[in-house]
Amino acid sequence: MNHAAALPAEEHFETSTGLNTFKLGFWVFLGSETLFFGSLIATYMVYKGASVTPPYPSQILNIPLTSISTFVLLMSSLAMVLALAGVQRGNRAQTLTWLLATAALGSLFLGFQAFEFTEFYHKGLTLQTNLFGSTFFILTGFHGAHVTVGVIWLLMLWVQALRGRLGAERALTVEIAGLYWHFVDIVWIAIFTLIYLLE
Amino acid sequence: MSTNPAAASAAHEIEHDVHTHPGWKTYVVIGAILTVITAVEVAVFYIPAMRPVLTPILLALSAAKFIIVVMFYMHLKFDSRLFSSVFVTPLILAIAVVISLVILFKVTPLYYPQ
Repeated sequence: MNHAAALPAEEHFETSTGLNTFKLGFWVFLGSETLFFGSLIATYMVYKGASVTPPYPSQILNIPLTSISTFVLLMSSLAMVLALAGVQRGNRAQTLTWLLATAALGSLFLGFQAFEFTEFYHKGLTLQTNLFGSTFFILTGFHGAHVTVGVIWLLMLWVQALRGRLGAERALTVEIAGLYWHFVDIVWIAIFTLIYLLE
Repeated sequence: MSTNPAAASAAHEIEHDVHTHPGWKTYVVIGAILTVITAVEVAVFYIPAMRPVLTPILLALSAAKFIIVVMFYMHLKFDSRLFSSVFVTPLILAIAVVISLVILFKVTPLYYPQ
């Protein structure tokens, strides 16, 4: 562990818990999101192998391509924590660079997803084709929508940083956005394993 | 960080009790570990000899990645346990829902709608 440049992670706030209510509330929100994605993953798992018309997952899922997009999303999480480290230190250049890198990597992930969806469509898989199509597009589509929200959020933060309105005193704002971004990353970790790799 | 003077004062009072976030070197090392685990996942997927143990290995590797991100990138290892509680409790519930439904519809097909 490198704690050489360690920074305070937890402050005391004038609340009954001594914690920032915004951050606590956001963790509650993320908890509710786990139930949301849990229900979508459960639906996919229940109907897995129940499709009676092709294309089936083994015929259509592109593991090498999705491995690359998974790597891209993982690296975006790394960029996000580096952006947070930058804003905590009041380093504007580092903040700007890594916030933009995170948004760019998130956009690249969305590009991979758009390519995959288009390819599946041309191979005959739509929401209405079979149970695999319905559950797959609903699950990955909602995840993609979350990533899209995250990219927009990051770009808004980047614009604020560009205008000099995102100093160290607003590190919590970036930390909250980071929590959301890492959450969509861990959801994808589960999706990649359960939907793409497990047969 | 807070601009609230009262909060800043209180933060100063507990200066000796505050936890720490890791530095950028730790973040980069964690990123490298996550990359290696993902590469191992994909490699295992393509090795025919691993087929019998594919499911437990992939689930273990995926869980490892999940925990590493939550602990280090989301800072639950360093933050208040209350944050962990409000996240982990519904997470356990969500996992229980997935496992219960899979058992209900897959392992015991007696209950599968005809």
